[in-house]
Amino acid sequence: MQHTSSFHFKPYNVGRWLVWGIFALVLVLAPLVWTSGLSQIMLTQMGIGIIACLAYNLLLGQGGMLSFGHAVYSGLGGFLAIHTLNLATSGALPIPVSLVPLVGGVAGMSFAILLGYVSTKKAGTPFAMITLGIGELIWSMSLMLPEFFGGEGGISSNRVIGPPVMGISFGPQIQVYYLIAIYCFICTAAMFALTRTPLGRMLNAVRDNPERVAFIGYDTHWVRFMAFVISGFFAGIAGGLGAINTEIVTAEVVGAARSGAYLLFTFLGGATFFFGPIIGAVLMVVALVLLSELTKAWLLYMGLVFLFMVMYAPGGFASLIMMNLRVAAFGKLRQLWTAYLALAGTALTALLGASVMIEMLYDLQLSATLGSHLAFMGVSLDTKGVDSWFGAGFVILTGVLLFELSRRSFKQQWDGVQEEIEKDIKRRETL
Amino acid sequence: MSNAPYALELRGLCKQFGKTEIIRSVDLCVKPGERVAIIGPNGAGKSTLFNLISGRFAPSSGEVLLHGARIDGHKPYEINRRGLSRSFQVSNLFTRLSVFENIRCAVLWAMGYRYAFWKFLADLDDANERTDEVLEMIKLDKKRDVLATNLTYAEQRALEIGVTIAGGSSVILLDEPTAGMSRSETSRFVQLIRDVTVGKTLLTVEHDMGVVFGLADKIAVLVYGEVIAFDLPDAVRANERVQEAYLGSVVAESQAAGVHV
Amino acid sequence: MDQILINVLNGLSSGLLLFMLSSGLTLIFSMMGVLNFAHASFYMLGAYVAYSLVGVLGFWPALVLAPVVVGLLGAGFERVALRRVHKFGHVPELLITFGLTYVILEVVQLIWGRTNVPFTPPPELQGSAFTFIQHPLQGLSIVLGRAPEALCAQALCSNFPITRVFMMGMALLMLLALWLMLTRTRIGMVIQAALTHPEMAEALGHNVPRVLMLVFGSGCALAALAGVIGGFTFVTEPSMAVVVGPIIFVVVVVGGIGSLAGAFVGSILIGLLQTLPLALDGSLASLLTSLGFSVGPQTFLYPILRLRLPEVAPILPYLLMVLILIFRPKGLLGTRED
Repeated sequence: MQHTSSFHFKPYNVGRWLVWGIFALVLVLAPLVWTSGLSQIMLTQMGIGIIACLAYNLLLGQGGMLSFGHAVYSGLGGFLAIHTLNLATSGALPIPVSLVPLVGGVAGMSFAILLGYVSTKKAGTPFAMITLGIGELIWSMSLMLPEFFGGEGGISSNRVIGPPVMGISFGPQIQVYYLIAIYCFICTAAMFALTRTPLGRMLNAVRDNPERVAFIGYDTHWVRFMAFVISGFFAGIAGGLGAINTEIVTAEVVGAARSGAYLLFTFLGGATFFFGPIIGAVLMVVALVLLSELTKAWLLYMGLVFLFMVMYAPGGFASLIMMNLRVAAFGKLRQLWTAYLALAGTALTALLGASVMIEMLYDLQLSATLGSHLAFMGVSLDTKGVDSWFGAGFVILTGVLLFELSRRSFKQQWDGVQEEIEKDIKRRETL
Repeated sequence: MSNAPYALELRGLCKQFGKTEIIRSVDLCVKPGERVAIIGPNGAGKSTLFNLISGRFAPSSGEVLLHGARIDGHKPYEINRRGLSRSFQVSNLFTRLSVFENIRCAVLWAMGYRYAFWKFLADLDDANERTDEVLEMIKLDKKRDVLATNLTYAEQRALEIGVTIAGGSSVILLDEPTAGMSRSETSRFVQLIRDVTVGKTLLTVEHDMGVVFGLADKIAVLVYGEVIAFDLPDAVRANERVQEAYLGSVVAESQAAGVHV
Repeated sequence: MDQILINVLNGLSSGLLLFMLSSGLTLIFSMMGVLNFAHASFYMLGAYVAYSLVGVLGFWPALVLAPVVVGLLGAGFERVALRRVHKFGHVPELLITFGLTYVILEVVQLIWGRTNVPFTPPPELQGSAFTFIQHPLQGLSIVLGRAPEALCAQALCSNFPITRVFMMGMALLMLLALWLMLTRTRIGMVIQAALTHPEMAEALGHNVPRVLMLVFGSGCALAALAGVIGGFTFVTEPSMAVVVGPIIFVVVVVGGIGSLAGAFVGSILIGLLQTLPLALDGSLASLLTSLGFSVGPQTFLYPILRLRLPEVAPILPYLLMVLILIFRPKGLLGTRED
């Protein structure tokens, strides 16, 4: 093979420019397509969530570090950002609003430096517990220091400071959205770039085989620590953007519930692909805003989906998409459509039975005085009557049983398809 | 590079786990460029010895010197940075990285890139060229984009060696490199080892006597944690203590009596 | 003085309750390598199941049956879900138990509602076990049951409830039973063997997957037993799990992951650490003032200096955990470096 040290020809990577172009286009056009107030709020939150979840995946997917305390860094970034906003409003610190998220980022990074060296001493389960403990520590402190954390009411501020610059005052939601969209694009690009650097690659090596990393000259603790700090930086930016968006920061931004949400949805989106957390962040906002309105049991459904994913699809939705794209690329997706149909049908049946039962339970709890009839999707159910319960139970049981059967049949077909693909690959190799 | 007479020196090296002594006072001096094979019955402590030298365990007492400087008790990455690399008996690769990435990772520190997050891997010409070189040497250049976990057993062993030598360390430790290979694979592998360790100091743990006699300048025999012989291959073959350890005292006696075994 | 004694006893009893919880967690971790994130959820489940069973069966049968029911549920979870995830490694195992916390919390809220339920101790366990009396003239004395009203008008009385004594008793009983089972019985030996050499134990004919299911179920049953006792001693509400969950992990980290003795020491330590500061009312500011410095709102770091010890009590366990992690990462009595 010829050594090309004197002359370089790097083909223009059209595919990559296309993908990033589409990403930028979607960011720009989204609020123009979905124009309602609710949509714009959701899009804004998605932009923030994407940064936070990508930062989290730096640890989880790239580094194999399971953290239960990610919200500490985004939350503390948010608190410092909102204090900065207040200082800017009072004139003590003349900093433009658009740079305030960077303050959040620096704050997140500083706390990650402070707490990260101790946190990253160990990996795996001990690391998870350390992050949990530090999360609880910060959360407990938030109740003790009202000067910084604002006590029950949190700290509020105003993102409109002074006269508008070039027409931008950050008053209207759409202006905030575009600020967040710009940060989202830049941060996503930066974190993607990181995956292509020596540190990024060694982080992957540490994830795959931390022991071997030491024997090729790297200090695994240092690699993890640096990743932790970088993750804290981007988390802080997300927190700062959140502070600007909501103009109020309360102690719950550093709480365990938020850390748990980051973990849940980043994992659901897919930790093994770079774009997985983006899917996860979108899911997170949709679930928190829309699904929670639809049913009180939304967190139960999310929990069950999560359990299911850990068992059967540990790579999240991103891996499911990629696996099916691969099958489609080999032209074999059509073979599986009946199996998918069976899977979907039985899952829906089980889901139907479960949601009937759940809604009846909630109804029993809440409307004990209002009588026992519940209207569910146009059907009137008697929550005190035994047949409704038996009916629901029967539907659930049948659904679950049939689902398990169709899942096994699907697995068989899927494995068959994978074998065919392997044969195809071998054939192509010999050509 | 220091002017020490020995590339690797072990002085009175001891290791015990709890009350069990695994390595009892091992002394060994390996000259630069020498190829030493370490043989011995199972349980003699050969892997433990490698673990002590490479920093996986700290010795209970004694010294390990690399090019004249003490490395006992140091961390594995410190020892590697001073010029010692080891391979593993059970392939210890980066499972979700490709063959190319595996080798490139092994090259990064040696080329001085450290924890850089401001440079792109694609732009590191010297690292990429060195990686290609190593891939050619271990004959895996056609498989550069295959994930390590998808390679065949022999390919993984080749990659294992590649990761070990890629950084350019002057002292290489190979732990049973041909374990589990067929006859033909083994002979090819021995040639591979010879090619990639030109000019390096090599210590290898081996069970296959054909490999040992074909590869080694000197043989060290480790029995129950002690080196009972360290000499040229023919001398070791004729050594009575060695014969006794391997084949039992009957053979030693019959040899002494002149009966050809 | 009486207040301090009561606080010490409260700390010890809380510590023993924590031990009931953390011992189950340690067992599961030692035997399976799985850190059961949902351990506190099984604690909560035990309280709720017992509350429901008390109405049907009476108190003492419920005390025995609730842990069994929850243990079976835990074993079922291991069989259906956790087992499938073993092959993926320790992180997915932790993730699946993490997901389980959401499911258990929501199901509990679904069935029993979002407010606390009135789980009260049976008549035999109500009331006070003994009372300390701090008399201005006669000094400190102790009296069984409650002290007479008239006396308490003149002196300081602090009583120690029977429920807490029961808690301590059950915890010590459980410790004894665990120790006996692990060291004296055949099943204990099998468990110890399966801990370090699962394949070998399986090759010798022991059904290792079944042993693991048994261990997980037993761990959950222990948590549920703690839950029953904690449920009627304290409040039974949906936030039970979230309140006690992180503390158990602190106990395990401080005591040393994988060490039962460490869990004991850690539990007592954390239990005392949580309750003793409540008796003392000092703060760094008051300390400095007593040493002669003047401390006021303008002093640097005043918001931290003015914090009184009872306010700071909640973070003390976590501070201890961080200190242990810096200076003794293996924990006080830990042996594993996992």
